[in-house]
Amino acid sequence: MAGWRRHRGRAVSLPVANIDTDQLIPARFMSVPRAEGYGTYLLHDMRRDGAGALRPEFPLNAHPGASVLVAGRNFGSGSSREAAVYALVDAGIRAVIAPSFGDIFAANAVNNGLLPAKVEDAGFAALEAALAHAPQEIAIDIETRSITLDGAQFGFVLDDSWATKLINGWDDIDLTLNHSAAITAFKQKRGQTAAWAWPKEME
Amino acid sequence: MGTPQTMLDKLWAAHEVQRREDGVSLLWVDRHLVHEGSHHAFAKIKARGLPVAEPELTFAVVDHYAPTRGRSRIADPQIARMIDTLRGNAAAHGLRIYDLDDPHQGIVHVVGPEEGLTLPGLLINCGDSHTSTHGAFGALAFGIGATEVAHVLATQTVWQRKPKSMRITVEGQLGAGVTAKDIALCWIARLGTDGAHGHAVEYAGSAIRDLSMEARMTLCNLSIEGGARFGMVAPDDTTFAYLQGRRFAPKGTDWQAACADWAALASDAGVRFDREVTLDAAEIAPTVTWGTSPEQALPITATIPDPADLPPEKAEASRAALDYMGLRAGAMLEGTPVDQVFIGSCTNGRIEDLRAAAAVLKGRKAVVPGLISPGSAQVKAQAEAEGLDRIFTEAGLEWVASGCSMCVGMNGDLVEEGKRCASSTNRNFKGRQGRGARTHLMSPAMVAGAAVTGRLTDVRKLLQGRAA
Ligand code: SF4
Repeated sequence: MAGWRRHRGRAVSLPVANIDTDQLIPARFMSVPRAEGYGTYLLHDMRRDGAGALRPEFPLNAHPGASVLVAGRNFGSGSSREAAVYALVDAGIRAVIAPSFGDIFAANAVNNGLLPAKVEDAGFAALEAALAHAPQEIAIDIETRSITLDGAQFGFVLDDSWATKLINGWDDIDLTLNHSAAITAFKQKRGQTAAWAWPKEME
Repeated sequence: MGTPQTMLDKLWAAHEVQRREDGVSLLWVDRHLVHEGSHHAFAKIKARGLPVAEPELTFAVVDHYAPTRGRSRIADPQIARMIDTLRGNAAAHGLRIYDLDDPHQGIVHVVGPEEGLTLPGLLINCGDSHTSTHGAFGALAFGIGATEVAHVLATQTVWQRKPKSMRITVEGQLGAGVTAKDIALCWIARLGTDGAHGHAVEYAGSAIRDLSMEARMTLCNLSIEGGARFGMVAPDDTTFAYLQGRRFAPKGTDWQAACADWAALASDAGVRFDREVTLDAAEIAPTVTWGTSPEQALPITATIPDPADLPPEKAEASRAALDYMGLRAGAMLEGTPVDQVFIGSCTNGRIEDLRAAAAVLKGRKAVVPGLISPGSAQVKAQAEAEGLDRIFTEAGLEWVASGCSMCVGMNGDLVEEGKRCASSTNRNFKGRQGRGARTHLMSPAMVAGAAVTGRLTDVRKLLQGRAA
């Protein structure tokens, strides 16, 4: 996965709180292999009417080129389904800006190069206001944790380890395999101090 | 004596392989549970040509797509393919699989404890947010996404920053007809769905000590709906009694050693938590959700809130929720007509849940259709041995095989558009039980009450003169 430090794109506002993972991608699409792409399923039931036609007034439909989403608090709450992140990434979204995120969603996002940018309530209100009528050009810098929109600057919060991962596009498996010796040693020690922790089927 | 520690501190220290400079820990995983949804993760390790590091510690369960009827021939090719993919991955990596015909099959969070795979002191991961359920035993159990599942498969470890600690203390006695589900909905309504965000919740207090293992699991299960990835209860005699003799639980001298280790896991006296919340058990009533988020919950005796009376940040969401749910502000919650009922899921599909529902349904008829799917094949067998299945079918409800079923609808058990369902599950999100489905979350006894009256009902009235 390629890392990234700065992004310029169009930000669109989705002023709804608690957009949960069931809304980001309804369960019925989750058996699709990743190679087929998840973008068309993003927010499927919000974006489309009962017959499957796109609702023209829905922000992401009205502005299909957006790459940054500004949404309400507790974005991505709910299930651990990483498909919610796949749907955003495959639809071209690089960053979601919100006052808070579901914990598992945020971790999944970082694992897929999607930035979960957490903003203070005041900054959030200003961003929402600026985007209320139309999408705007936005610039995001992960290193300096800054968002620039319409001449104004806003900070965001991101765990240092997550910033490093996003910037370098690191994959944890590679990092961890470097620690194999420590893992093997730990396993041996645990086997001695907590032998009961290994499952032994009853005869 | 050193500085006092929380149970979280002790569990964390026991699994920490190392800690990076940035404070993120590499943790050893004692049990890894996978299900059909883990296909992305298996594809990831296959793409790298990596094996499963510890097949002995990895267990596969068919649950999310498990048909609840007609298992021998699955009509939907997509569902059949999901289950076959899990079978293929389990076979390729030598994993034990709880397949559809296994007498111990069931929902992963029901099977783990039932089989004694879930134990105090373990670190348990599963690619499912309700993995917090297993914390009821005093385990460090949390849900992970597909990339993390692939990581655990490949390395038997997981990178994680230690969460903050939070204690929810519930003192006193729960009233008749009030359950662990109501404790959970009560605190989530009070603190919000992100109220415990970034925290590991430990439940404590006399009301928690009095709970059975099943009830503790319900409570820990719902922690994620309040934003906490971890929920836990200190192991005690209730825990040990539940586990002793389970298939994979330690035996003989191992059992003795384990019990001694487990008894030492409880948070030390005088330890400080980052956050403390206290509830009075006597004040908790049977609780029902009225909206599309678990925080939109109220006692059954309440009226449906008027968004105009709510703080501005909640008003808009409430308006949208009432609109979706087809409810009128100011109306009584009790008496709202329902179209159907569902009892099951990893939240409330265990034997006690079925007994509580049967206590209400016995000798009564349901006036709306409904489905009861036990949490596991073992729960099903136990319920049938106790004659609960007959109580359900005589009431006119459908008694089917175990799986996630109508909790998420992946197996085809769906609520139709616009229909209102009284449900013992965990998420009332828009579309969770099917596109346009209207879900009201509540305890199994409350669902049974709704079945009998066809309306949201205070089950305490129906329990009068009956043993709860
Ligand atoms: S029963 Fe529902 S919440 Fe539990 S594991 Fe299955 S789908 Fe998830």
